[in-house]
Amino acid sequence: MEYVIIGNGVASQSAIKAIRESDQKNRIIVISDESYISYSRPLISYFLGNQVKRKSISHLNEKFYEKNDVELILNNKAVKIDLKAQKVLLEDGKKIHFDKVLIAVGGKPIIPEIKGIQSAGVFNLLKLSDAEGISQYLKEKRVRKAVVIGGGLIGLKTTEALMELGIEVTIIELADRILSASLNKKASNIVEKALKNDNCHLYFNNTVKEIKQKRGRVNEIVLSSDEKILTDLVIISIGVRPNGDLVKDMPIKHKNGIIVNQYMETNVQNIFAAGDCCAAKDLFAEKNRLIAIWPIAVKQGRIAGYNLSSKKTLYPGGFPMNSVELCGIPVMSVGMSDPKNIDCEIFEEFKPNKSIYKKMIIRDNQLKGFILVGDIDRAGIYTGLIRNAINISSIKNKLLKNNFGLLNLPETYRKDLITEKEVSINVY
Amino acid sequence: MRKIRIQEEYCMGCRLCEIHCITQHSKNKNIIKTYKGTYSKPLSRVVVEEKGYISFALQCRHCEDAPCLDACITGAMYRDDKTGAILCNEDKCIGCWMCIMVCPFGAISRNLQGGKIVSKCDLCGNEDIPVCVKNCPNEAIVLEGK
Repeated sequence: MEYVIIGNGVASQSAIKAIRESDQKNRIIVISDESYISYSRPLISYFLGNQVKRKSISHLNEKFYEKNDVELILNNKAVKIDLKAQKVLLEDGKKIHFDKVLIAVGGKPIIPEIKGIQSAGVFNLLKLSDAEGISQYLKEKRVRKAVVIGGGLIGLKTTEALMELGIEVTIIELADRILSASLNKKASNIVEKALKNDNCHLYFNNTVKEIKQKRGRVNEIVLSSDEKILTDLVIISIGVRPNGDLVKDMPIKHKNGIIVNQYMETNVQNIFAAGDCCAAKDLFAEKNRLIAIWPIAVKQGRIAGYNLSSKKTLYPGGFPMNSVELCGIPVMSVGMSDPKNIDCEIFEEFKPNKSIYKKMIIRDNQLKGFILVGDIDRAGIYTGLIRNAINISSIKNKLLKNNFGLLNLPETYRKDLITEKEVSINVY
Repeated sequence: MRKIRIQEEYCMGCRLCEIHCITQHSKNKNIIKTYKGTYSKPLSRVVVEEKGYISFALQCRHCEDAPCLDACITGAMYRDDKTGAILCNEDKCIGCWMCIMVCPFGAISRNLQGGKIVSKCDLCGNEDIPVCVKNCPNEAIVLEGK
């Protein structure tokens, strides 16, 4: 039997480990269009900013593939899955036979239609090759100023990296605040203030309508407000969408991600999907949802691996969560962090001069989400409350008190946690 | 696999576990020098919670299905082959705090002295009994497993 895994990220890695737990015999073939062993994409910006060395960007050692008896095909893109012939077609014409497939192809950056976007000096930052390309460009050209288009998580991490390198950054954001997908204005403002203090320029409610070049490389951008900004480098970080290239002409159901059931299987038998390319069970929504974060890719990959090797395992569902430090300020958002629904009860704490903001979102007597800026100590306790759907009606007023800890939780839940009985510690 | 079991009914909140944890993880491992010396003390990896008459000492549970292992984006968090303990390779930690976000026990802390890395129980590495367990006067924390 042959397992074919398309994609070489952490979902793929996780699946390999899971398969090999019970099946050391059958072949596992991994196909990647990149030229590296599996690496951590979240680390790309740290690598760019010289905070992580090139050799540390993968936590796999090279022996991983050997130890797990995996055949790794690099630099070759899977372009089609031929269901009838049971073969995966590669870019160079090779055909790989499969019995079961895991599609773990991750995401693709959204490229906006901006005049001049093809200029030299305009980059994405999603893959390792992007980071290496930018590093090379920085070595060859004198880059003093950069423009980052998009003030989401990737845009901000990119900004941090560039500022680490001594480059002056301007962020152009369409919404009225940075991190608009996970933070509200009060929380964003704290980080925005810190960015401005570090000489970062922010433009909101604005977009780039043209990228101009001079002597063959980027030198200026024009905003939709007509303002012009000189720049030596442009990074596009508007967003990432699930890579649906493989499945677009196939009978595999996909909409904002490849749809999978609770066993990570698509509507086509023996074809599974995991990670940033798929939409799986969301713990709190009725529909499936793409949640493109590292721990979910790890979990989904593992569960897909178990199911691929016939160890039927349910995926319990996940919810979004992110933690990052920007300008020395920790920022965490978990679950339903910015609900537009008025049906929620909100508890807030705002101490802007201490760069602290905290928000708890409660609905149906359960914690559904939270935002923490500045003080994130023991935040996982809250995440556990969300995951285990604990009734917190008796303690909702105490959630934000100082030194909130396990002793403030409902007693039975706390005792179960401490004696490790039955509660789910698996928070995603 | 070694684990530390909590018996909260025997905890008096004396915090000797914290003191010994800090001493054990200091450079000189000497209680007087650690507390009176000029270097800043390491963080305690055991959290003592106290409310009214209830108290208990909690450290990393070294979970079988550890959420922090999955959440770590650098591979700094890893499981020790011999003891089964979850350890953090401080050289790899970049202080993203993902592990803090997912630990339902709140057993991981931020170590802001020097660089930015996490701090958590390491079952005292080469000691045969973790020092918190060894020095608890009332067996409020006991060692289980090998």
